[in-house]
Amino acid sequence: MGATATRPGRLKVFLGMAAGVGKTYRMLQEGQAEAENGRDVVIGYLEPHGRAETVAQAAGLEVVPRRRVAYRDAELEEMDLGAILERAPELCLIDELAHTNAPGVEHGKRYEDVADVLAAGIDVFSTVNVQHLESLNDQIAELTTTRVRETVPDEVLGDADELVLVDLTPEALIERLRAGKVYPAERVASALRNFFRVEHLAALREVALRQVAEEVEARRVVMPAPAARRGDGERLAATAAPAAIGERLLALVTPAPASQRVVRRAWRSAQRLGAELDLLYVQPPGAGAARPSASRGGGRSAARAASEQEQLDALRRLSVTLGAHLLVVPGDDLVATVRTVARERGTTYVLIGAPSRRGALARLLRPSLPSRLLDALPGVDVRIVADRTRRA
Amino acid sequence: MIADLLFSVAALALAAAAAWWLRGRRARREAPAPGPNRILFPFLGRALSGPALESALRLARAEGATLVPVYLAEVPRHLPLDVALPRQSGIALELLEAVEQRATRCGVAVDTRIERGRDARHALREMLAHERCDRIVLAAETGAGGDGFSPEETAWLLANAPGEIVVLRPARGQVAPRGRGSDAPSSAVTAPRAA
Repeated sequence: MGATATRPGRLKVFLGMAAGVGKTYRMLQEGQAEAENGRDVVIGYLEPHGRAETVAQAAGLEVVPRRRVAYRDAELEEMDLGAILERAPELCLIDELAHTNAPGVEHGKRYEDVADVLAAGIDVFSTVNVQHLESLNDQIAELTTTRVRETVPDEVLGDADELVLVDLTPEALIERLRAGKVYPAERVASALRNFFRVEHLAALREVALRQVAEEVEARRVVMPAPAARRGDGERLAATAAPAAIGERLLALVTPAPASQRVVRRAWRSAQRLGAELDLLYVQPPGAGAARPSASRGGGRSAARAASEQEQLDALRRLSVTLGAHLLVVPGDDLVATVRTVARERGTTYVLIGAPSRRGALARLLRPSLPSRLLDALPGVDVRIVADRTRRA
Repeated sequence: MIADLLFSVAALALAAAAAWWLRGRRARREAPAPGPNRILFPFLGRALSGPALESALRLARAEGATLVPVYLAEVPRHLPLDVALPRQSGIALELLEAVEQRATRCGVAVDTRIERGRDARHALREMLAHERCDRIVLAAETGAGGDGFSPEETAWLLANAPGEIVVLRPARGQVAPRGRGSDAPSSAVTAPRAA
């Protein structure tokens, strides 16, 4: 019945927005179902936090005893990696993927222990909260004003074979907390005042839902090519799958106050779509350097260069605050530069400010910028950001 | 013959002048041109006082200056100073958009900013380091609190900022409670609550 190391084990991660949503419970439920189906299932590490429902759900499953580790004057309990590898079950349930081990055990982090278990050909079910993901740590700390120290690299989740979102509405979670199902009674009031507030939980839930959606999209992109015998419809659907990857916005800016409006609108769209935002300034040749002696109007051109630099610095600071990426690319052909950048960055939307009005002759001689962008960027949406103050 | 020629030249000159005038008028209507002077208008929190904004706009219009509304974001101490601030950005952008719309309707050029710091004073210092200005208009906090600047912050600015500083005391009944989740009075420009 034991696992063989001919293939690595499969990792299934139960992701939640916060403690108490039922990740461990769900992991145990699925572990019980696997055991009923005849698989050799053990609990490698379980942290029931004194929750009676969780303890009851674990009943009947074999538990690999924890190991004791002396640390300073205390004795800590950790997962026994050696014992799990020796026991070699088919499936091992390991709670709290982001846990930091006590000094003196094989690895510093539990996800590293899990990697060893998987390498031994043992399947693993594990649990993690969304705020433990490394790339989301700062964002969530800002949303909730609480930072967690234990983090998991995003690749761990990206490499998981299955990702299951354990979802609960913020109101239901608060109800569970009040009923004493999450923390002991003495901790409830403080939890409600601090972390467990509806607005925090709603924000975390949104992040968790988005994270799982992104993982699903990423998996669609690396789908194998369709088999030759499939029908046309299936082939079409499969080849279209890569196009379903997440959105990426590119806003064209110039060092001028009007660009702030484009950036604002682009950022809000990016937030709604859960997309990355790039800001692109195509810098004309010679721009960005003041050349006071270059012409009669040298003083004026130096002042203009200084003012542009000021605006560019402001855009740079704004992009940091918004979490956007400001790209300054030299180029004398705006459309060609946008096309190159859009291809490199995988852009799906381009946003531009409303172009200035042009005379009839200019319109006849040269198509407008939006038209040229549409021609140059097939498959990319082009959006013109209007000035709403001029709306009738 | 010569009369015809003169007439044609005059007609062409007239047409060119009319086109130039129309173009200038259209440009003037599209957006107010930025003035050489800059008036900084820093503010904090979820709402800014409508009367304070109106005063800043009046001043900017009278001087043909550019109004620079500056949202001051506070970066919590447990986060790196250069971290992205999505929640505060959402609030800031809504408020700056509202200010820009109001300013454009008044014919005042506007150049919006977000500055960040560990606290309001730090953000003010960053603002002074990055922005040149001729005047600063700021709303003072009343004894009941509100989204204005505290006496300490105002005193610091008076001691350290270049140029003229106009400190506005909100009228009674125009005070918004400070902080996230507060309800602003109807006279204030407010941002919707972030999720």
